[in-house]
This record gives sequence, structure tokens and C-alpha cells, in this order.
Amino acid sequence: MTQSPLPALAGYFGALSLFAVGGANAAIPEMHRVAVDVMGWMTDSQFADMFAIAQLSPGPNVIIVTLIGYHVAGFAGAGVATGAMIAPSCLVAYFATRTWDRFRHARWRIAVQAGLVPVSLGLISASAFVLARAADNTIYAGLITAATAAVAFATRINPLWLFAAGGILGLSGWL
Amino acid sequence: MSDSAAPAPDPNASSPDRPTLAAIFRAFIGVSLSGFGGALPWARRMIVDKRQWMTAEEFNEAFSLSQFLPGPNTVNFAVVFGTRFGGAAGAALALVGLLGPPVIIVTTLAVLYGRYGDLETLNRILAGIAAAAAGMLIAIAAKMVAPLLRKGLHWAPAIALVAFVCVALLQYPLPLVFLALAPFSIAFAWFRG
Repeated sequence: MTQSPLPALAGYFGALSLFAVGGANAAIPEMHRVAVDVMGWMTDSQFADMFAIAQLSPGPNVIIVTLIGYHVAGFAGAGVATGAMIAPSCLVAYFATRTWDRFRHARWRIAVQAGLVPVSLGLISASAFVLARAADNTIYAGLITAATAAVAFATRINPLWLFAAGGILGLSGWL
Repeated sequence: MSDSAAPAPDPNASSPDRPTLAAIFRAFIGVSLSGFGGALPWARRMIVDKRQWMTAEEFNEAFSLSQFLPGPNTVNFAVVFGTRFGGAAGAALALVGLLGPPVIIVTTLAVLYGRYGDLETLNRILAGIAAAAAGMLIAIAAKMVAPLLRKGLHWAPAIALVAFVCVALLQYPLPLVFLALAPFSIAFAWFRG
């Protein structure tokens, strides 16, 4: 690679930071689109691996950007991607906290909040779709996804058990 | 800025002891390390139940603000909480506490993945976990969308569907979809409620 990927990392994640309404999970399709389709930084299954690793790690889900950044450009990439994803939205949050009380009951604020809910729900559903498509390369993987979805929807089981079951099934060579 | 570190005064503040900067930092380190699969339930337990820095109502208010804002929700919450109790320094310390340990852990995992990601065994295990993680996200999305679908013929499910189709099926860039959809959605919320 002749050109440093750091500016691209900073630009994509910096912009994504301000459009990730509904949290890190809502931003997954855009990360996938950029990292796999547009920039060709990784394959579908590498992206699915990174989501899995981020889920296995403690802390907020947004740290998947640290993994993507590292994959693209080592430690510098990890730092740039994480900083770019965090900084813009944090500045907004900082200033919003100081003015929030004034607008708590304002009609425009209530409308904006209510209006953004369905958008973010659509985005989170899209994330689930994109991830399933990236992770499920075989029928068996699809079955694991379906079974996990059903159990997690119907019960309040700790997701670690479901991940462990998936890992063991994967190890057994079924996939 | 002249209004530097003064936290927003809260007339309903019920907790007698406000957290110090060091306490904010320690608290969010704790949240980051215990918060598996979303840190907010842990944050709530620590802030409302254990330390009683906020009432349940104050917590919900801060939480809804951090959901309303763009960006990762837990990270926003750390900034909202830190700012309210410790100004800019509080926000920065809450942020470093929340993200420091996971970034170190995940970078270590990234190095290991970079070195051993091609191993057949690890590949198979990760493929299984990735399939399960995708299922987990489907369940989360389904739980969140269920109340929306109960509205039946309503603008809100329609907006969600359009957002889904544009991003998941047509693979349009997220910023574009957001800028095109949000004004309509907000207008519906304004006029139809």
C-alpha cells in the first residue's frame, strides 16, 4: 500500500460517530460497507470474527472500531479509529449535557427524539441482517444463528453461554 | 470557556454525597470491566443502587439523553454523567475509565488475532461464535422492534422498514440514509405524535 490508510480511517469513523444514532450496533452496516465493500480492508468472515471478538470483550460494543483500526494499520490504526469514532460524539454529548435541562420539555426536542427512534431501530435490524450474512457461510452456521436468536429472544440467559456453545460447535468441525 | 467546571445545578438532587473525580474514574473502570454485552445495566446498578449518586429518575433522564445523542450510548452516558458531576475533567476521566481497560484488552486480542487468525482451529471456533453473535443481535433487534410492530399501520414502522431496506438490502451509505430519512421521521413525530 503506497498511501497511508490513517486519513481514511479518521474520516470514515469521524463521520460515522455523528450518524450512529442508536449506538454502535446501529453503525455496524456502515462499518461493514466501508471496511469490506468500499475499501477492501478485510473479508466478510474477518469482519464477522471482529464482531465476535468485540462481543467477547468486556466494555462497550463500540470497541469493534479498535479491532478494525488495528487490522488496517496496526497500533496507529487502532488509536486513530477509536479516537475518530469517540471524539465527535463526545464533544456533542459534553455540550448537550450543559444545555439539555433547558430543552427537556421543548416540543421540538420531544419530536426529534421520537422521530429518531424508528430510524435507529431500522438501522439495528439492518446490523443484524448484515452480520448474519457475513457470519453464516454454511447452513450449520445459519442454524447456530437461528437457534441463538430464538433462545436469546425467549430467555434471559447470559450470552456468554450461547457464545460458548457456538464456539464448541464451531470447533467440532460442523461449520 | 468561563463556565468551566461547574456541573449543571440540579434542583432535585437528592444524593448528599457527590462523587469526586477519582470516584468517577474508578466507577467507570468498574463499569467497563463488568459490563459484558452492554455496560448500561452495570452502570445503573452502581450509580443508582450501590452508590446512590442519582435517583432512578435522574438516571433515566441521563440515559435517555445519551440514547438521543449520536454515537455509542454507553460512551455518551459516561460523558453525560462525568460532565454533570465533574465538568470537562469529570467527562474525560469517566471516558478514560470506561474505554481504557477494554481498549487495552481488545488491542491485545487484535494482536493475537493478527498472529493466529489463520489457524484452522481458531478460525472454526470464531466462526461458531460469530454465528452465535449474529443471532444475539437478531434477538436484541427483535426485542426492540416488537413494540413498534404492535402499532400496526403507523408511520414509525414504515420509517424503520425504509431504513432497513436502504441500509441492509440496497447498501446505501448510512449518513445519506440518515440525512434523507430523519427529517421525514421527525416531521411525522411533530405532526402526528
